[in-house]
Amino acid sequence: MDKVYDLIILGAGPAGITAAVYAARKKIDSLVIALDIGGQTAWSGDIENYTGYQFITGQDLTLKFQEHMSSFGIKTNIPESAKEIKKENGLIRTTTDKAEYLSKTLIVATGKRPRLLGVEGEKEFKNKGVTYCATCDGPIFKDKDVAIVGGGNSGLEAALQMSKISPKVYIIERGPQLTGDQVIIEKLNNASNVEIWNNAVVKKIYGEGFVKGIEIEKDSKGYSLDVEGVFVEAGLFPNSEFANILNKNDWQEIVIDCYNKTNIEGIFAAGDVTNVPEKQIIIACGEGSKASLAAFKYLATHKL
Amino acid sequence: MEVKIYSTPTCPYCKMAKEYLSSKGISYQDIDVSTDKESLQEMIKVSGQMGVPVVVINGSAVVGFDRSRIDSLLEI
Repeated sequence: MDKVYDLIILGAGPAGITAAVYAARKKIDSLVIALDIGGQTAWSGDIENYTGYQFITGQDLTLKFQEHMSSFGIKTNIPESAKEIKKENGLIRTTTDKAEYLSKTLIVATGKRPRLLGVEGEKEFKNKGVTYCATCDGPIFKDKDVAIVGGGNSGLEAALQMSKISPKVYIIERGPQLTGDQVIIEKLNNASNVEIWNNAVVKKIYGEGFVKGIEIEKDSKGYSLDVEGVFVEAGLFPNSEFANILNKNDWQEIVIDCYNKTNIEGIFAAGDVTNVPEKQIIIACGEGSKASLAAFKYLATHKL
Repeated sequence: MEVKIYSTPTCPYCKMAKEYLSSKGISYQDIDVSTDKESLQEMIKVSGQMGVPVVVINGSAVVGFDRSRIDSLLEI
């Protein structure tokens, strides 16, 4: 506990890993604390917009990130999650589920997680038919009818994936129409086993031991759909709860300026957990490098 | 010691769990439940759920890539 790091980085997605690589090259004494490596990138299917790779899977890009970070021998504590951060006598105290740490600077790059539906049965049937990772669990639902909740890009990609292996795929969308890219919508329109329910809301997930179906409401009428799989693709929520001392916007994203500074001196934030416009892997990487350089400048100009 | 891992080819945590076991010099039987229906049923039976990976070490099932539980079951 007496040890004071120059920099602690919370999160090891694209933003956190890039920040760590930049810090290592500046020989900053740093530590990475994260729940996992890769964050949302590890869950991504095919990536075709990360410059330098015309095509790479999320898993392979995560592996590349990991190799890059390992090549510098960066100290990592994984899996470990931050519970609280505090500023004390010019230093930052980070409390995790395992220990307490002190550092002169901190970069919060904890990303986002899938948003829950918050309906009856969702918790009870998690991993018993309800899944938040279509890429991971999709193949398990081969030959079973499934419902995808959410008509954005990730929902539509899941639907497209499942339409190839499931007899029937339902897409449940709250709004009047699907919001994903036209290219995917056209592909789905050509799939004969996909049924789209617009203006529909999931009310309940039911079953016995495992999921047997969902109840939905559309135009004030109730319906039951028999499915064994429910894929929740209802957007994302920032992992920012532990950062009580930082200013956040209405969506609970940490507010930063163009130098990745938060409202607290010495604390920076980067990537999807922040209010930076557009959430993309390549943007998160760029933001991570900016935050790391900002922390470096802060260390150089502040005697702590 | 008998170590089995039920996995799908697309699941990042399965890959991480397999790499972790290999890095510790543990040999394991890899079972792809996306192609093998009987094994999928077996996985659901031993773990009571459908998420992957499931790592079975000497008959004890670990759901998800839980490094500390894997370590304690492997006694490393």
